[in-house]
Amino acid sequence: MKIGTPKETFEGENRVAMTPDSALQLQKLGHTCIIESGAGEKAGFADAAYKEAGVEIAKTAAALWKAADIVAKVRVPSEAEMKRLRSDQTLISFFSPVADEDKMKQAAEKGATVVAMEMIPRISRAQKMDALSSMANIAGYRAVIEAGNNFGRFFTGQITAAGKVPPAKVLVVGAGVAGLAAIGTSTSLGAITYAFDVRPEVAEQVESMGAEFVYLDFEEEQQDGSASGGYASVSSPEFREAQLAKFRELAPEVDIVITTALIPNREAPELWTEDMVKSMKPGSVIVDLAAEKGGNCKLTVPDQKIVTDNGVTIVGYTDFPSRMATQASTLYATNIRHLMTDLTPEKDGEVNHNMDDDVIRGATIAHAKEVTFPPPPPKVSAIAAAPKKEKAKELTAEEKKAKEIADFKLQTRNQVGLLAIGGGLLLAVGLVAPASFMQHFIVFILAVFIGFQVIWNVAHSLHTPLMAVTNAISSIIILGALIQIGSSSLLITLLAALAVFMASINIFGGFLVTRRMLAMFQKS
Amino acid sequence: MEFGFTIAAYAVAAVLFILSLGGLSGQESAKRAVWYGIVGMAIAVLATLIGPGQGLGIVSVVLIAMGAAVGYQLATKVQMTQMPELVAIMHSLVGLAAVFVGFNADIMINNMSSLFADNALMLGTPGAYAQLPDGIYEGLSSFGQLIAKKTGVEIGILRVELVLGIWIGAVTFTGSVIAYGKLAGRVNSSAAKLPGGHILNAAAAGLSLLLAIMYMNGAGSWTLVLLTLLALFIGYHLIMGIGGADMPVVVSMLNSYSGWAAAAIGFSLGNDLLIVVGALVGSSGAILSYIMCKAMNRSFVSVILGGFGGPAGEQMAVEGEQVAIDADGVATALNEADSVIIIPGYGMAVAQAQSAVADLVRKLRAKGKNVRFAIHPVAGRLPGHMNVLLAEAKVPYDIVMEMDEINDDFPSTDVAIVIGSNDIVNPAAQDDPNSPIAGMPVLECWKAKQVFVSKRGQGTGYSGIENPLFFKDNTRMFYGDAKASLDKLLPLID
Repeated sequence: MKIGTPKETFEGENRVAMTPDSALQLQKLGHTCIIESGAGEKAGFADAAYKEAGVEIAKTAAALWKAADIVAKVRVPSEAEMKRLRSDQTLISFFSPVADEDKMKQAAEKGATVVAMEMIPRISRAQKMDALSSMANIAGYRAVIEAGNNFGRFFTGQITAAGKVPPAKVLVVGAGVAGLAAIGTSTSLGAITYAFDVRPEVAEQVESMGAEFVYLDFEEEQQDGSASGGYASVSSPEFREAQLAKFRELAPEVDIVITTALIPNREAPELWTEDMVKSMKPGSVIVDLAAEKGGNCKLTVPDQKIVTDNGVTIVGYTDFPSRMATQASTLYATNIRHLMTDLTPEKDGEVNHNMDDDVIRGATIAHAKEVTFPPPPPKVSAIAAAPKKEKAKELTAEEKKAKEIADFKLQTRNQVGLLAIGGGLLLAVGLVAPASFMQHFIVFILAVFIGFQVIWNVAHSLHTPLMAVTNAISSIIILGALIQIGSSSLLITLLAALAVFMASINIFGGFLVTRRMLAMFQKS
Repeated sequence: MEFGFTIAAYAVAAVLFILSLGGLSGQESAKRAVWYGIVGMAIAVLATLIGPGQGLGIVSVVLIAMGAAVGYQLATKVQMTQMPELVAIMHSLVGLAAVFVGFNADIMINNMSSLFADNALMLGTPGAYAQLPDGIYEGLSSFGQLIAKKTGVEIGILRVELVLGIWIGAVTFTGSVIAYGKLAGRVNSSAAKLPGGHILNAAAAGLSLLLAIMYMNGAGSWTLVLLTLLALFIGYHLIMGIGGADMPVVVSMLNSYSGWAAAAIGFSLGNDLLIVVGALVGSSGAILSYIMCKAMNRSFVSVILGGFGGPAGEQMAVEGEQVAIDADGVATALNEADSVIIIPGYGMAVAQAQSAVADLVRKLRAKGKNVRFAIHPVAGRLPGHMNVLLAEAKVPYDIVMEMDEINDDFPSTDVAIVIGSNDIVNPAAQDDPNSPIAGMPVLECWKAKQVFVSKRGQGTGYSGIENPLFFKDNTRMFYGDAKASLDKLLPLID
């Protein structure tokens, strides 16, 4: 089939959906490629480069739309382009099924198939075609660069002969792909970076990028991002309050704020309020990556850079990826190419629009004269639901103290109880037994006591040597036999002699074996 | 004659024995600790030979030398894997010696009372010994003199003590012999009881008590002989009824008994050193038994009462099949693994595979892999059995870990190798409340990415409990004798 890419008509859009490289790969799938003359110019790809890659050049947009079976582009088609879209043509593009509902219906009526790049499900298999992520990555990087461009100081702290430079403090709100990219860029430039996200499970990712995660003092169970396919969802009013309070606390400290908080198919949440902007230091920069969806900061003017009265610069550009058109085009074209690979399983140039496939079904919003949005939930969930962790209840200092006292009391009671019982028994024995017995008995009790104290400390690995040693020393019974052996009675002497013999086997055997065993224990 | 010097020597010996046991808290100090024990014993024996035991001094020395020769032979010939048997059989000697010494005391009491009667006196009357004709008292052995001086109550207590000493000694003797037989494989290791079971034991114990009371009331020495026979029976029957898997508890229990027997004899002889050492050994054995029981999550009583009790309900059926693997497969996995944990069990001891295991570990460690051993407290047939075997094979003890130290590390481990252990790695202990071993702490090796089980065949092993570990998806069975398997594996590790 013929895959065509027109020149983007949207004002200021520099990207292109096909690069000479991706065209070569598409041709390997059995497709032919066509591109509108000058489409790649702003992204740094000349017509000649395309020609070299075997791409046909269409003189006008009309000619291209006419020739192509599949049109791959970046931005949502304009009204004029929608008119050119015809039945049985496939359109692959960013296409918000909510914001551009009319166009979606129009396309469905015409019988065209529309694959919206935004709607690619977030599952591992589809990552290679996830254009939102690849664009967000660029946006995150570029946001830091734009912030740096408008920020009058170094990112990194330095101590120079000309004086000390404090490091910049950067706060990244929303640790999605863009947020993480921003964190990475900002930390590698040397700034002290803080990051916040409503999904506490990303704290680990944030910390792995070298930033510090901002935790809220919030009791309510925080949301589990895995339930919403890895995207953030709307949070409760109480949570929002706690969040804003934290931001208010941070606002006077931070130099650069990068907000990336977006909730799919919704207006961007307001996270950076006017009073926070007012409390920021002059010269501070806010980069609002959510500007296109209304902005995380209400002062943001989309597509513009403004400076507030107190000298805070607010950057509201919506075209960050377009500002790095070459890079963005390369990545986007690769996403498209991967999508085409899935659409052309046989590599024979024939598109098999398999609506049973989770990824293709999810991204297709119009097909066979019908609107196919919203898609059924994917069979594979994006992220395994994290097992609910039972957090041990944090005890307050008072509770801890009370517990310690209770433990101590219990222990004391147990010990005193045992002592009382033991002492009572001992006294009872003492009442009947003669003093000569009690003398020995005291020795016995003390020895048992020492035994218990000493043996608890024996290392587990030495239990076998311990047995051998105790075995050897329990042959102390030889003393009894030795005392008896000198008796006048032959029977006694005989039995005692046998006992001496056996016990001495034990003494020597036991000690020798223990020594053999212990000699083997060695450190590496 | 009092021997002040002897008592002083005994005090020194007692301190040395305490230091000896205390020194076993660490591998390095243990080497010194044994010497304390040896010196203590030498002092005690010498002091006795010079002092109260000088009667037949030469004969005693000769006998000790003979015993030493036999002991030396035993200790140097024994294989480390046979250590449990050796320890068990040595306990029986202590038990028997206690019985003999106890009988001697009884004979001496009888001799004395007839001696006193000959002189128209009563043994036990205070001061009576002074009225004996000249030369007779002085002619008595030191033990005879001791008895002669006792009062009636003291003689009564003496009898209680010697009955206890004989009884415990006799139980220890037959019990240890049976334990030896089971450990050495000469007696069937499964729990076996005569018809009547524990009622028989209880009856024998009750009868013993009756006989003891009769003896106390002067019924004569025949009661003592009968009592000894009953005790011998109890020892035999008690240990016969305990399954092989409980042997660590049994051995430490017998260890404890031999100590108590010595202490009881010490009372009857009025010898403080015997009492001290007996009490030390007795409490040591008791603590070891307690530790072992806890490691198996079983109460002491249930161990004594023998065998694993019947399951409380239907055990979980094990699904899946055991998948076998050959040496090549294991070698590949080991070559690729970064972290390995080896879990040895009694099977390793039986196959004498400890040096092959050590070679494997050396090879893997030389390649920079993190190799460790996980030792379950009841692995093997004796407390600390595995540690001794691994030490023999020159495995450094700092890579040998206890269960609690290493159990959390399994999820981050690439390969776990189970060599000849079964119950201690049985997930049913955690998953199946009806399993006979439910609640017993186990090594969670199934959490490792891959588990290899070296095992002779598909049987259920010592305890007869099915092990779901063998059926898990990440488990591969490496059938064959542990040593032969490892020898096949070794050249494949490069």
